[in-house]
Amino acid sequence: MTSFKLVLLWTDTLLFVLVGVTIAGALYARQREHLRAPWRAVRRRPLGMAALVVLAGYVAVGLLDSIHFRLPLPKTDNAAAMDRLDYSTEVVSLLDMLVRPLKERVEKTYSAPFATHLYAKETVERPDGTETRGFPRLRYGGAHLADPMADRGADIAATARLGSIQGLLVWVLMIVLLVTWQARRHNLAWGELLRRVVLGRLDTPWREILATLGVLLLCGFVVGNLAAKYHVLGTDKVGPDVLYLSLKSIRTGIVIGTLTTLIMLPFAIMLGIMAGYFRGWADDVIQYLYTTLSSIPAVLLIAAAILTLQAHMAVHPEVFDTAALRADARLLFLCAILGVTSWTSLCRLLRGETLKLRETEFIQAAKAYGAGASTIILRHLLPNVMHIVLITVVLDFSGLVLAEAVLSYVGVGVDPTTISWGTMINSARLEMAREPMVWWSLFAAFTFMFALVLAANLFSDVVRDAFDPRLKSAVEPPAIES
Amino acid sequence: MTRYLIRRILYAVPILIGVNLITFVLFFIVNPPDNMARIHLGVKRVTPDAIAQWKHDHGYDKPMLWNASASQTAKLTDTIFFDKSVALFAFEFGPADDGRDIGYDIGQRMWPSLAIQIPVFLIGIVLYVTFALTLAFFRGTYLDLWGVVLCVILLSISSLFYVIGGQYLIGKLLNLTPISGYDTGVSATKFLLLPVLVGVASGIGASTRLYRTIFLEEIGKDYMRTARAKGLSDVRVLFRHGLKNALIPILTGVVVIIPSLFLGSLILESFFGVPGLGSYTIDGIRSQDFAIVRAMVFLGSLLYIAGLILTDLSYTLVDPRVRLE
Repeated sequence: MTSFKLVLLWTDTLLFVLVGVTIAGALYARQREHLRAPWRAVRRRPLGMAALVVLAGYVAVGLLDSIHFRLPLPKTDNAAAMDRLDYSTEVVSLLDMLVRPLKERVEKTYSAPFATHLYAKETVERPDGTETRGFPRLRYGGAHLADPMADRGADIAATARLGSIQGLLVWVLMIVLLVTWQARRHNLAWGELLRRVVLGRLDTPWREILATLGVLLLCGFVVGNLAAKYHVLGTDKVGPDVLYLSLKSIRTGIVIGTLTTLIMLPFAIMLGIMAGYFRGWADDVIQYLYTTLSSIPAVLLIAAAILTLQAHMAVHPEVFDTAALRADARLLFLCAILGVTSWTSLCRLLRGETLKLRETEFIQAAKAYGAGASTIILRHLLPNVMHIVLITVVLDFSGLVLAEAVLSYVGVGVDPTTISWGTMINSARLEMAREPMVWWSLFAAFTFMFALVLAANLFSDVVRDAFDPRLKSAVEPPAIES
Repeated sequence: MTRYLIRRILYAVPILIGVNLITFVLFFIVNPPDNMARIHLGVKRVTPDAIAQWKHDHGYDKPMLWNASASQTAKLTDTIFFDKSVALFAFEFGPADDGRDIGYDIGQRMWPSLAIQIPVFLIGIVLYVTFALTLAFFRGTYLDLWGVVLCVILLSISSLFYVIGGQYLIGKLLNLTPISGYDTGVSATKFLLLPVLVGVASGIGASTRLYRTIFLEEIGKDYMRTARAKGLSDVRVLFRHGLKNALIPILTGVVVIIPSLFLGSLILESFFGVPGLGSYTIDGIRSQDFAIVRAMVFLGSLLYIAGLILTDLSYTLVDPRVRLE
């Protein structure tokens, strides 16, 4: 067992704080029937739960990628003599360790998915010493094949078959575990419960959840097996595996989608409720503040802030000792400034809702009992606007993930060294004119982003339907899964 | 009406001053001109003389807020704040880092931007409302169901991929339009087709779904039920009663962006190589030209506020219940 040194990046800390808050919130809501009811409505929606499974997969990868540490360097004689461990300056994550081969098998430059040869022609030395122009073999992709032309197809098929068998086995195992657990809970015979799951007769749409899980497991195992031998999604300009880049991008997307709201939430809630509750000059000041901020086009405000930060970092390089820290600080700053631009709409919503609530009987009664402003805000107003906060947070997520790509394209997104879908698209865009086209980076970024955003959109629709009583009565429930 | 308008315009002034203060703090206090000079001259090995010269050339060699050495009113006016921030109110944007006049460039570049944005805007509204009406008319059927699913799928795709996909499919594969570029006069049309198409397509998902919700909300109201109860046909109720009333939230929602159409689209213009204000902004950001970004921030907020005022006015035009006094 090698020892290692944990590195806690700012975004890691906040991400785990967020996980903690979510778990605490879930435990709190469990105890209270009025909070459980809307979540039960969410749990009954097949599409929402299927989307949740996909989201959970993404979050799992993102969290694995958020446990960072520095590995010890191999002991030099000098260090061994002094009984001291030196640590590498490179910060790696748990995900990096799990997919280590992916990370380390770097080719020279572009190569297509499943390719055995490089994308670009090079001068290759033949065994007999003569030189020729040609596509050299890849260092890692399909390197185990003796005759790539003849063996590749069969090898891919065999590997995929092995992967799908493994995936199916794990899937069946999960079904068995689930059915056993549920059968015990519902006090039903095993076969009867399986029948109900298949027919969709249970409260929770287990059939859809298991189907989604099955697809994910199948994809995961097939791709995982193939990735051990080939570059499933090709390689990028300086040779890193595109699948690895896509996996690493997940964390960036999730950090931006969640931390942005986490950072802005306290301000939006506090100011929105205060403006609505106190009225008068406090309302005027807060309204002025958010009107001013929201009147600056978001991209330009972000550009202005990021440019300023860039200039500041360029002139004061001594503030951050490692590149990882600097990239992380920029990511956090991007979340903060994105939060400033998205803060205003929630603040306006909360102000409006509080204006309505402050005239209701229960607030008047609380006042008559002599409750102070802070008690009324914290105990009576806050719980009654939380559904708006929750809906906003969930709805904002997908927009923020998409915004990251656009901002990185404009040049004011994440640090160029941070792996994200935006930076992937940005670098791949320049190669579009090449013949044959380098399409795989775009394809990978598109697929990974699309699946996350689609799942988030579907899930947020379900959450909104469950938590927004006004919308439910005004609009017929959208019959998405009838 | 006129009095209301004047009051609204006066109310916009403190907001613009606020915007100006924010940009001033960002660009001059957090990030003093010395930093700007260093970035443009190279961070390392730059002499104080070179910095002073750069600041002099670009007019940054004055005190920030208060010029003690000047006489009388010049104490206030001969400062960076007055030169660079207050001057924006008179549309004096000053020179960019490369010496070109920003005001002149903006005047030139807003036309290509408008040439893309206006067609996208008009075609978009007609198309999205038509789609939304169709879905609302067939509510509860499979057409509606799959229409909404398609909308969610479309709005889950990053706008970057609409551009990339459009360029690849129509420009490269089918070879129908040039992939990028621009020309003056009538010959610009063939360059505009693809950006306009992509611009319209990228908005279909979100807008259709939103408008459908608005229509459904309207359909659920009592007057619609009354109209149906009187024996009017479904088509008549939806198109004569529903459409008119639902247009109020739709119109007021889109009016706010009309003035901002001048600013152009960052992504469309930079991908398609259109020399509009969007690509101007991107170029300004990429070359770290703070003067351009400052000018565009001011212009953007000005147009947004103009949009808000227009929205209030449009309420009175489309909704007789609203009186502005």
